[in-house]
Amino acid sequence: MAIVETRGLTKVYRKGHQGAVVDVNLESREGEFLVLLGPSGSGKTTLLRMIAGLEEPTAGEIRIGGRVVNDLTPRQRGIAMVFQSYALYPHLTVLGNIEFPLKARGMAKADRRAKADWAAGLLGIGKLLARKPRELSGGERQRVALARAIVREPSVFLLDEPLSNLDAKLRASAREELEQFQDKVGTTTIYVTHDQVEAMAMGDRVVVMHQGEVRQIGTPADVYDNPADTFVATFLGSPPMNLLEGPRATVGFRPEHFHPAALLPAGEPFLALRFRVSHAEYLGSERVVYGTIDGGPFSGKRAVARMSSNVAARFEPATMHDFAVADRDLKFFDPDRGVATGRVELA
Amino acid sequence: MFLPAMLYVAALVGVPFVLAFLYSVGDVKVGSRGYHFVGLANFRSVFQNPAFFRALENSFIFTIASQVLVLVGATILALGLKDAFPGRRALRFLIVLPWVAPVSIGSIGWKWILDSLYSVINWVLIRLHLANQFSPPMWLGEPKLAMLSVILVHTWHMLLFATVILLAGMTSIPRDIPEAAEVDGAGFFRRLFQIEIPMMLPIINVAVLFGIVFTFTDMTVIYILTRGGPYDTTQVLPSLAFFTGILGSDLAEGAVISIFLVPMLVVVAWMMLRTASRAEVT
Repeated sequence: MAIVETRGLTKVYRKGHQGAVVDVNLESREGEFLVLLGPSGSGKTTLLRMIAGLEEPTAGEIRIGGRVVNDLTPRQRGIAMVFQSYALYPHLTVLGNIEFPLKARGMAKADRRAKADWAAGLLGIGKLLARKPRELSGGERQRVALARAIVREPSVFLLDEPLSNLDAKLRASAREELEQFQDKVGTTTIYVTHDQVEAMAMGDRVVVMHQGEVRQIGTPADVYDNPADTFVATFLGSPPMNLLEGPRATVGFRPEHFHPAALLPAGEPFLALRFRVSHAEYLGSERVVYGTIDGGPFSGKRAVARMSSNVAARFEPATMHDFAVADRDLKFFDPDRGVATGRVELA
Repeated sequence: MFLPAMLYVAALVGVPFVLAFLYSVGDVKVGSRGYHFVGLANFRSVFQNPAFFRALENSFIFTIASQVLVLVGATILALGLKDAFPGRRALRFLIVLPWVAPVSIGSIGWKWILDSLYSVINWVLIRLHLANQFSPPMWLGEPKLAMLSVILVHTWHMLLFATVILLAGMTSIPRDIPEAAEVDGAGFFRRLFQIEIPMMLPIINVAVLFGIVFTFTDMTVIYILTRGGPYDTTQVLPSLAFFTGILGSDLAEGAVISIFLVPMLVVVAWMMLRTASRAEVT
């Protein structure tokens, strides 16, 4: 187990162009599950590849367990990586795949077999050892890739979107297994994903990236409840946070905090908004209502409300409703730079 | 739909093939008009000729040795040319040259390079005191050296073809598999021999099988450099068939000799088809 740190880490592919990764400063904690989250092209995979030693940084420093590893090859860094495609060796059996890192290290044959059995047992693939990767299902391949990664007990795990090749149903169970697995082995893990649900569910902390830069680092609750800027606010959450651009500040609030004024507890200070419904979606357990704000400084701005299906009110198109957001659920952002600010008086 | 193609194949492949069989059991000579069935007399005559067995043996030596050299050389070249570096395009162009230049022109160039009097190789060897000035190696005049020379020149000619096939094979390996091996701690040679070459095996098979066919049936290099000499020591089956059947006017014996190419090529063709169908499956 080890701590991974990056200092001023930058990767520029073409001189004079925007870097793929720009000045990233990270510090993982011991045994932590750290998730790099961002849309595609945000630099998260490049960052992971630099930590793995597959990509050379343009500037900055990478430390693993306190040691600067910039000049070390991947094999010297004591890391294991699971690729998005799993990158299993197609001509080797499952056993051959799992044993490969041990062979590369020069471990004796008997020890290798014992280790491989241990790793296969941990992932429940003991029966598949004689198969070739093409004879396995997606979920089984993912387990083989994980077994190959843990078999040499690395100090750091790097996972690059390991669930993205699985179908939706399998993904949920694989996610849960992966979480339990990481708890069990307790190895520091850096996990790349573009899926916010994965990030929120699995991460001890989430690093939100955009255009090569880190926008926010925090626990899932942190980044969701207190987004550092408008990008983080809209990237997380579905539907995303409502952002109403006003003359003094951009006001943000989550759709689930935007509901009929009558539902607010008495005595709670709030921001009242007239809401003109354009259409509503019924999603079983909840309803999502789309519309525009009518009157006041935010007149004409679009907003979305999400509420439990238990809320009795009907939301027919073109009807007007009195909605409200509790003061404590309001977020404020600088209208020019988009970064979070303290409370701003709107009137 | 298939009729034109069938006719084409029948006319260009089928007819000469059947003709060769007929000739091999007849008494056909250049200029003769009749055809008499003579049974296996031609075969008996060929089997009594020591030059034939020499040529058969040489065909195998020539093919196997040049293909081994081509394979090793092409693997090294393909590895070297895989990643971008300054001057790669120029180098690729230079490697293409021996293939695009007519083999006869290349071979004539080599004939002078290996000439008994004007050999530039000998000139260099003598200056480096690696060869005796008064009896330098006779590259095309001594049986063993002559065989070595034709093998090397043929290798030179075939190298590009195999390199291009292997390069295509290498670029078809997903980038993250060698990367995974690197992260797994494999060094350069382990990655090469345990991951990349095994993954390229189907395509290497194709390169080798094509190379065997091109080499086993080819006589250009030998014809220009040594004419099968000295004393038939570099004669291979195609060149012997040509010298006997065309230049020696004994069409029947020439046909017998070339028929000996058939079983070998049938085996190779079968292997090619098998490799191709397997490559489709995976």
